[in-house]
Amino acid sequence: MHVSIQQLNKSFGSVRANQDITIAFAAGQIHGILGENGAGKSTLMKLLSGVYKPDSGQIFINDQAVTLGTPRLAVQIGIGMVGQDPLDVPVFDVLENIACGLQMPNDADIRQQIIHWSTTLGFPLQPDQRMRDLTVGQRQQVEIVRLLIAGSDVLILDEPTTGITAAQVAALFAALKTIVATGKTVLFVTHKLDEIVALCDTVTVLRAGQLVGTQLAMPISKEAMLTAMFGEFLTHPQVPANPISTDAPRWQLHDTLLHDTTFVLGPLNLSLPKGMIIGLAGLEGSGQRVFMHHLAGTAHPDRGHVHFNGQPLMRANPLVAWLPADRLHEGIIGAMSFSEHVLLMRDSLLAPHQTAHTKAAQLIEDYAIKATPDMPLQQLSGGNQQRAMLALIPESAQGILLEHPTRGLDTVSAMAIWQRLQVRRDNGATVLFFSADLSEVMQYSDAVLVFFGGQVSHLLARDSLSEEVLAALIGGVGFAEVSA
Amino acid sequence: MNWTQLLTDIAAIIAVSAPLIIATMGIYLSERAGVINLSVDGSMLLAGMAGFAVAYTTNSLILGFVAAALVGGLIAALIAYLGVSLRISQTAIGFVLALLCTDLSSFLGNPYVQQTGPAVPAWPIPGLATIPVFGQLLFSHDAVIYLSLILVPLLAWWIMRTRSGLIVRGLGERPDALFARGIDVIRWRYLMVIIGGVLIGLAGAAYTLDLKQGWTYRHMAGTGWIALAIVIFGAWRPWRILLGCYFFAALQTMAGRLQDNTWQIPTQVLQVAPFVVMILVLAVVNCLGAPELQRWINRLPTPLRRVIRFLTSPAPAALGQPFIQQ
Repeated sequence: MHVSIQQLNKSFGSVRANQDITIAFAAGQIHGILGENGAGKSTLMKLLSGVYKPDSGQIFINDQAVTLGTPRLAVQIGIGMVGQDPLDVPVFDVLENIACGLQMPNDADIRQQIIHWSTTLGFPLQPDQRMRDLTVGQRQQVEIVRLLIAGSDVLILDEPTTGITAAQVAALFAALKTIVATGKTVLFVTHKLDEIVALCDTVTVLRAGQLVGTQLAMPISKEAMLTAMFGEFLTHPQVPANPISTDAPRWQLHDTLLHDTTFVLGPLNLSLPKGMIIGLAGLEGSGQRVFMHHLAGTAHPDRGHVHFNGQPLMRANPLVAWLPADRLHEGIIGAMSFSEHVLLMRDSLLAPHQTAHTKAAQLIEDYAIKATPDMPLQQLSGGNQQRAMLALIPESAQGILLEHPTRGLDTVSAMAIWQRLQVRRDNGATVLFFSADLSEVMQYSDAVLVFFGGQVSHLLARDSLSEEVLAALIGGVGFAEVSA
Repeated sequence: MNWTQLLTDIAAIIAVSAPLIIATMGIYLSERAGVINLSVDGSMLLAGMAGFAVAYTTNSLILGFVAAALVGGLIAALIAYLGVSLRISQTAIGFVLALLCTDLSSFLGNPYVQQTGPAVPAWPIPGLATIPVFGQLLFSHDAVIYLSLILVPLLAWWIMRTRSGLIVRGLGERPDALFARGIDVIRWRYLMVIIGGVLIGLAGAAYTLDLKQGWTYRHMAGTGWIALAIVIFGAWRPWRILLGCYFFAALQTMAGRLQDNTWQIPTQVLQVAPFVVMILVLAVVNCLGAPELQRWINRLPTPLRRVIRFLTSPAPAALGQPFIQQ
């Protein structure tokens, strides 16, 4: 089935998630959709699968204009999407999960279809297995089989290789090639260049909600794709970087295996010195967050230990401060004022309110926060919330972990934040941050860790890198040489 | 206790639990679809009162039951509108409606207190009622009790064995998944809540027109809450809910029998005892499902572990959660 899109627009508030997208996907091919996080890939796919309604624009199926906007319509037209977290019902067995909502009335027919498709595609599926006993990769296979039985002609896969095994990736790729050989169309959303190279017939790159250039026919080089993803590389006025010191490190990892529910990172051998700003570079979801959780002591390694100041880190350590990206949900308590936050930080629960108030007023002045001590923090602008979070980091903190420290902030606020962090570094704290903005990483880091494919590079001196080299490393080009 | 006595008691338990079964099946449907109808107690009272009032005024049993079903369905529709469409906390809505309907039934039911109205006639099934033992147990009752006997296998078959039942189960587990399959989650939830409400209404009339004929203030107050508890005890499985209903009815019958005995237990204690036992059983069953205990449970021999696992199956995953369309 031939899908084309004309002048498609979708905004969320003031954010233009998709701008004037015009593109055509030919039938019988696998089309890669490439872009960084927030580039608008998911929005585009949700528009196609009927989860979102477009603000304007048209979608054509086999050159016929169609109305989408509910999954029901998409199902009728024959567009199906496999999400990152497959939408199945855990308590159902495979057969029930596939039968649910299907027009085919007879269970025996469905069972036969399941066996037919799983044999054709090489998926080892049993109709009577419980969904909750399956791995993410198997659930994905069930989802693909379900869509095929439901008669989908266009399959959309959103980052399908996240959290599945290498064998399952291989099976998936082989299956997708079998599927398009029957004339169906596959849209494959990813930010992994290797997968585009290995699998896709064409690639479409999105950046900041817009189509970059036109659809490219494979093969094209990884470098060309990276340039399209990140845009022009800038050179920055270089702030002198602190050299990598080797004396008593802040954090140390020896053959340590980190993990969360779907992701394994390592084994890692790293030593992070004191008094440095270290940028974590990598495509979003390459393990930076898992890494920070372990460094903060809020997650525990599968194997080995994370040492902080020479001691194994067994729980959240008061000397390590963590500023999460989702400020209002994880960082601060929106309904509480700055002085109440100061009060929460005090060692004594019986500290008098007045002391906290005085201290809060002092910090507000020091950090130039536009607020009064008694204003609920949710009323502050993003930049001021971020400054407030920084101000709340105790002077004694020796490790500071930040996710997207300046996301959504204007240049002046961002510079103010970085000045504060540089002061902390000069006082001996080790600052780790990750940012989707490569130029921020290049501008402020003393050293960089690159995350790729479940591995982390060794500590790379900033001065040995350029933005171009860094972008290539993030995409895995030349990563093997720097891998720890 | 002799054989005849035992048979009479069991037949009585089957009869007494009929309205409870009808109500629990209503709750079951609604909760399987993911919506909690906490107003059951109030709904049953108001519907029972309305059913009695209509039957008393028109002298028509059928109209009485229709009125009760309508009242139950309307309250459920209100719950669906507030909880499913407006996404207000289902717990809060349920509580408020339970209290409101209870008081409304007392207020509106004033003229009917202590009146004698029509009652569902006994209807032994010809041919079957004379079969020894089973005849007395199953086939010598009235229409309401037969309904309670048919309802459980019927719903169990529908929900567990048919395609539309599969959709209902999916609604309570993961509505997003059903939405992605093109199913109108909101409409289905409305439908299930309203059918559930109709059954709850019928259960109210089953008291006032049959098993506890007539109308008084708070005629069967408390039964609705017990019905809600029994659904939890039954782990949202129809046959286990049925078992729970019979268990509770058996406790009540036993309490009634103990009053005749020579033991000097105050009547009030015996009246309240089934409720207390029910709460204790519920607490124990719930405790067995606690994650902290799993380590100990895993050490038990397999047959015992199976029993515990059977008793502790979890609630529908999306129970009480509003569905938000992206």
